[in-house]
Amino acid sequence: MGKEQEHILVPKHTKLDEKEIQEVLEKYNVALRQLPKILKSDPAIKELNVNPGDVIKITRISPTTGKSDFFRVVLND
Amino acid sequence: MVQYYEKKIGKIVFGMLSSKMVKKMASAKIVTPELYDKEGYPVDGGLMDIRLGVIDPGLRCKTCGGKLKECIGHFGYIELARPIVHINYMDVTVKVLQSTCRECSRILADDKQIQKYKARLEKLEGESLEHYRIGVKAIANILKNVKKCPHCKAKQYTVKIEKPTNFIEDNKRINTIEILTRFEKITEEDMYFLGFKPEYARPEWCILTVLPIPPVTIRPSITLESGERAEDDLTHKLGDIVRINQRLFENINAGAPEIIVEDLWDLLQYHITTFFNNEVSQMPPARHRSGQPLKTLSERIKSKEGRFRHNLAGKRVNFAARTVISPDPKIEINEVGIPKEVAMELTIPERVTEWNIKKLKEYVSNGPTKYPGANYVRMGDGKKKKISKETHEQIIEELSPGCVVERHLIDGDISIFNRQPTLHRMSIMCHKIRVLPGKSFRLNPTICAPYNADFDGDEMNLHIPQTEEAKSEADILMNVPTQIISPKHGLNIMGCIEDSVSGNYLLTKVMEFPKEEAISLLVSIGIDEWEKFKNFKKTVTGKEIFSALLPKDFDFVGKSKNGEKVVIKDGQLVSGVIDVSTIGEGGGSLLRDIYRLYGADKTVSLLGKIFTLGIAVLTKRGFTTTTSDSDLSEDLTKEVKISINEAEEEVEKLIAKCRKGQLSSYPGKTIEETLELMILQKLNETRNKVGSMIAHSSNEVNSTLIMARSGAKGNILNLAQTAALVGQQALRGKRIDKGYKDRTLPLFKEGDMGPAARGFVRHSYKKGLNPIEFFFHAMTGRDSLMDTALRTPKSGYLYRRLANALQDLKIEYDFTTRDANQSIIQFRYGDDNIDVSKSEHGTIDVNKIIDEVVGE
Repeated sequence: MGKEQEHILVPKHTKLDEKEIQEVLEKYNVALRQLPKILKSDPAIKELNVNPGDVIKITRISPTTGKSDFFRVVLND
Repeated sequence: MVQYYEKKIGKIVFGMLSSKMVKKMASAKIVTPELYDKEGYPVDGGLMDIRLGVIDPGLRCKTCGGKLKECIGHFGYIELARPIVHINYMDVTVKVLQSTCRECSRILADDKQIQKYKARLEKLEGESLEHYRIGVKAIANILKNVKKCPHCKAKQYTVKIEKPTNFIEDNKRINTIEILTRFEKITEEDMYFLGFKPEYARPEWCILTVLPIPPVTIRPSITLESGERAEDDLTHKLGDIVRINQRLFENINAGAPEIIVEDLWDLLQYHITTFFNNEVSQMPPARHRSGQPLKTLSERIKSKEGRFRHNLAGKRVNFAARTVISPDPKIEINEVGIPKEVAMELTIPERVTEWNIKKLKEYVSNGPTKYPGANYVRMGDGKKKKISKETHEQIIEELSPGCVVERHLIDGDISIFNRQPTLHRMSIMCHKIRVLPGKSFRLNPTICAPYNADFDGDEMNLHIPQTEEAKSEADILMNVPTQIISPKHGLNIMGCIEDSVSGNYLLTKVMEFPKEEAISLLVSIGIDEWEKFKNFKKTVTGKEIFSALLPKDFDFVGKSKNGEKVVIKDGQLVSGVIDVSTIGEGGGSLLRDIYRLYGADKTVSLLGKIFTLGIAVLTKRGFTTTTSDSDLSEDLTKEVKISINEAEEEVEKLIAKCRKGQLSSYPGKTIEETLELMILQKLNETRNKVGSMIAHSSNEVNSTLIMARSGAKGNILNLAQTAALVGQQALRGKRIDKGYKDRTLPLFKEGDMGPAARGFVRHSYKKGLNPIEFFFHAMTGRDSLMDTALRTPKSGYLYRRLANALQDLKIEYDFTTRDANQSIIQFRYGDDNIDVSKSEHGTIDVNKIIDEVVGE
């Protein structure tokens, strides 16, 4: 069995640091709870060593714009 | 003076009713099941006691003194002879029974564990109520497996629900009195671990000892024409409860045998359970004498006919009409034809001014029976008067600026037209009224696509906006021209259909007219720009006639259905034919370009003209479809036969090759699968080949072919199936392989893989199918029929759920898609921020824009 996050269909997940989180929240003028969510147990982030409240950046290959960033806040299940 | 106070709700607490509370809020104790005495007056202490509210006009409430509609009703109560389990608290009751000791009623955890649980729950409670609830559930799950009470060392048994209302412990039923005494002993500290807040809810309140009697105002009796009184379902049910309760009391007091008391007790349990919910599983529903189930408390609230979806979410309106629809290609696209009967019933309020007073007086004098008239007048002082033969003269005299006349609908009035299911915004559009003879709503066939309407008996609804604001809102936002471009793909959803497509195709492809005829054709559809006819020569081609509709400066390059280039230069159709791909619905490129360059109104009027031109041409030429359209020439029949035979031979060869093991398989497929695929491919190839043979050989006057080529209706495959061969019948993408062991029908040899044995139909519909072919054809026919019948309601419900879930998503000014809580759904709509309804097919063609700006 290979790793899930290495599969070609799984987009790149990265953990944001405190400063980057603030930048995202400021850019979109939102509270953490208003971001889309991802469970801590999600297989795509199991090797990122995340905690609830962390923000994950997902870089997707988009058919319309080539590349797009998406942000999700980690939740406990 | 009305004063408004704005206050914010801090919190709402839901709790249980204690027996004390029930008594406190009751204004009467109910003791007898009788309703009325001999004079028909409500009995004191009966279920219709006048202290419970008024339902008869003229009477006053004995509790609050209010009249009908002033008094909202008051609760009563009955004292139950024995405690009763509440059906909606069954889950809670069993959890509490499982978590507490059967002897001492302490929670089944020792002091150390209690400390641990307490810490855990307090932490969870700090997070949210939901977390606390999950925590309670987890603890209850641990406690139910404890075998010995840590406090009094009593042995514990597992407690189970025996549906519908019994609890089983150690194979014995727990008496409800026993449950009550156990619950009463539970300490307030222990309640915390069971999820109870003692001030608002206590375990013993789950068990009913008194029952609140709802006010008569929620269960009014109706007086029938015969003078008899019919009672509400709830009153019937309560009557049963009170009667059985009374009997139970008497039997207990008389010291009746335990069996009789138990039986009555169970009966009371049944009645009270069905009073709350008459759809409990494993309990027969209580019925009327007629056999129809009673509608008790839960059924009043639940489901589609319940209080929420029927009364609170369901809105009803006045000034609406509904009737069958039928087509009328001669009215404008944004018009709707309505019958005179409808026009005279629905009205529009028109304010009297010095400029319209003469006209309105005429309407008033026509009255409600003569069209165009008026039904009501609202005078300056706000009084509403009905116009009739007796009153109209006086009303005309009093009519002055400031009055409002509710006049009949006349041509050009604004209406809102709708067809259910209202799946997208184009399902409700604004149309201008056109009063026509007949009794159906008439609509231009062009508009069928957005409404998804046809004329096999469809009905549609019409609404008349009553205020100036509503009228202008409808006119500006919902008018048909504003809806030509569908927000789902950015292309036009309205376009030419059926005959008008065939007509324009023929016109622009082959037709020619003498000058006089050409002009008369154009004038007949309402073209009166004479300078357009100036360049007409003695004979006028169809392309020139079509060009007469187009704007003078219009340039266009597109593709027709068969891939040929369509070129329009300076408003002249230079080359190519007009067909569905240029003027059709759901993506007519010519219409889309007109919309982009000239706007919505121009597009609709042009579409209307193109549509009528097509119809006019076809009417002039004559157009029909006949069986001889699918006749094949002798040569062609032979050719078709040869290719079918060839295909069958080749398939046999493939099978033989496979049997010998010489077939090499496709990657990822077994040999058998490969063979099947190859056969299927071969046979379909043959059908397509035959189709194109027919398409190429046939002459230009074949109407079926004209329709298929123009895209008006049907395709080459339909013609091929009718004329030459029906082809392979497929079930779930495979050849038919069901039936007997290794064969489809008993007349075939086992393991016969040949085309005929696996559902290949080599005859045409016209020649007729042989019985075996017919059987295979019926198999696929039934399969697809079942499929559509099952899929339609499923996908409809799926769509409803999806639409409800997405209904208040919105793109904010920072380009994020957000829901009603301002939570982000998408950071950039569709990643590219394109408003699909302003694009073409969801994309922006940059090259096209550059070409247009810079010029070629």
